[in-house]
Order: sequence, then structure tokens, then C-alpha cells
Amino acid sequence: MRRGSTRGRCIVAALLTALVGTTAAHADEHRARRVPPPPEYTQECGACHLAYPAWLLPATSWQRVMDSLARHYGTDASLDAAQAQRLSAWLQANAATGKRAVPPPEDRITRAAWFQREHDEVPAATWALPAVKSRAQCAACHTQAEQGDFSERHIRLPR
Amino acid sequence: MSTRSFLGALCIAWPCLTAAAATPAELLAGYSAAAGAPASAARGQQFFQATHGKEWSCASCHGTAPVQPGRHAATGKTIAALAPAADARRVSDPAKVEKWFRRNCNDVLGRECTPAEKADVLSWLMGLQP
Repeated sequence: MRRGSTRGRCIVAALLTALVGTTAAHADEHRARRVPPPPEYTQECGACHLAYPAWLLPATSWQRVMDSLARHYGTDASLDAAQAQRLSAWLQANAATGKRAVPPPEDRITRAAWFQREHDEVPAATWALPAVKSRAQCAACHTQAEQGDFSERHIRLPR
Repeated sequence: MSTRSFLGALCIAWPCLTAAAATPAELLAGYSAAAGAPASAARGQQFFQATHGKEWSCASCHGTAPVQPGRHAATGKTIAALAPAADARRVSDPAKVEKWFRRNCNDVLGRECTPAEKADVLSWLMGLQP
């Protein structure tokens, strides 16, 4: 009985720890969402694709991305050195932690394990729609992606 | 006249603030002067719509009629119409124009564009009406 109640307390403690940990990670994410990116980030990076929130890639990935802008996934996205430095510092400071801290293959958000897990219910036919075109196009389904909000209540799958 | 000295000349002619504004006509005049020959809109259209030994043309992202919005060939992101008559923000900031010519000519031609090529493309874009 006594042993049982000790074990019970241990389980409760473990659950609480896990819960607090999850809540902290969520809080981090929500804080990051509330801090808008610098206007020059949205302007420069958002010209060709969604200005991806910094918390979608870890710092080492952002470093490699920013060091190779002249060969950026098949295009020349070069910036002048001072601007690249400023944006890089901001990305590093706001980069992913927790479950997104592992650099994904090719430093592509869409190849991260968490990304693939969270999108495993999306039918192949939806990915292939002209309105989607590319997995990089978050806003095709995440209607508030431009505001950094990827929550489920703002998802609308195109037809 | 090189592009750099052309931009320098613009800065002398207008107070150079953080983003020096210029009209499309001023930019075209600068590139034509640097080319040492008048621009040709017909040549510009051909240049814009053709591929140049690589996968993409200018039109791959901007569309063949850039009075309409384009769509990025890789990401699918909407790109605002390029013709100044369709979007007054276009061809109004010399540094921005130079930055995008540098990047996009590299993607389309694998090199920088010449002042003559830039003048031709601007000349064609400026004649387009939505």
C-alpha cells in the first residue's frame, strides 16, 4: 500500500514534470509568435517565400542558410554583408529549441521529422494541388502563416 | 558609364537618403547611357520571355505579361506585378532594382545582365499597360 502510494506520487510527479516541460515549450513558441520579425526580414526573405518564423529551424541550420545565400536552394538570394549579418543574428537569437532543435536534412523545414509527423494526414492529392505547388508554401493551408500562427484552427485545406 | 557610377550620379542629382527614389524613366536613362545605345522594348520582351541556357526565363516567375502578378517557379509564392503601370512601387528604388537584376540574371543567365539588357527590359516593362 505504502509502496503503491509512493509509486503513485512518482507517476504524478513525472506527469507534472512532463506537463510543465510541454507547457514551457509551448510558451516559448507563443512568445516567439508574438515577437514580430524585423521588417527587413519580412521584406527580404518574404519576397520569394513565406518569411519563415525563426523558431522553425535551429541556429546551426540558420547559420548554414545565411552563409550560402548566393546558392539558396537553387536561386541566388544574396544580400549585402551587413544586412545578412543583421538578419543572421536575429535568426540565431530566435531559433528553434526543444523538439525542433535537430538540424533537418539540407536544413529544409519540410524535411524535419516534426514537420513530416505533423503533416502525415495531408493527402498526396492536396500536396499536388496547383494552389499548393510546394511544401514551402505554408500559407496555402495555414491561413495565418504570415502572422506566424500555424495553429489548427486556422488551417483550411484548399480543394 | 558603369552601373555603379550611374547610381553615384543619381545620388548626386538627388539627396541620397536610405532609399533613394527614382522614376522608371530616370533608371532607364541611366542604363541606356551606360549601354551607350538606345533601349529596345522589342528586344526587352524577347529577352524577358526567352530562356538563356538555364531552366528559367524571367517569365518563369514574373509571367509572360507582367502587368499581372507572377508566381515564384519554385515556391509558388505570389509575386507582385512587375510593370510600373501595374504597381507604382516597381522600378522606383535604384538599389533594389540593381539587387534583383544581380540575383535574377544569375538565376536565368548564370551571369550579371549588361546595362543594355537591363535598359531593354525596363523599356519593355515601362510600355506595358494593365
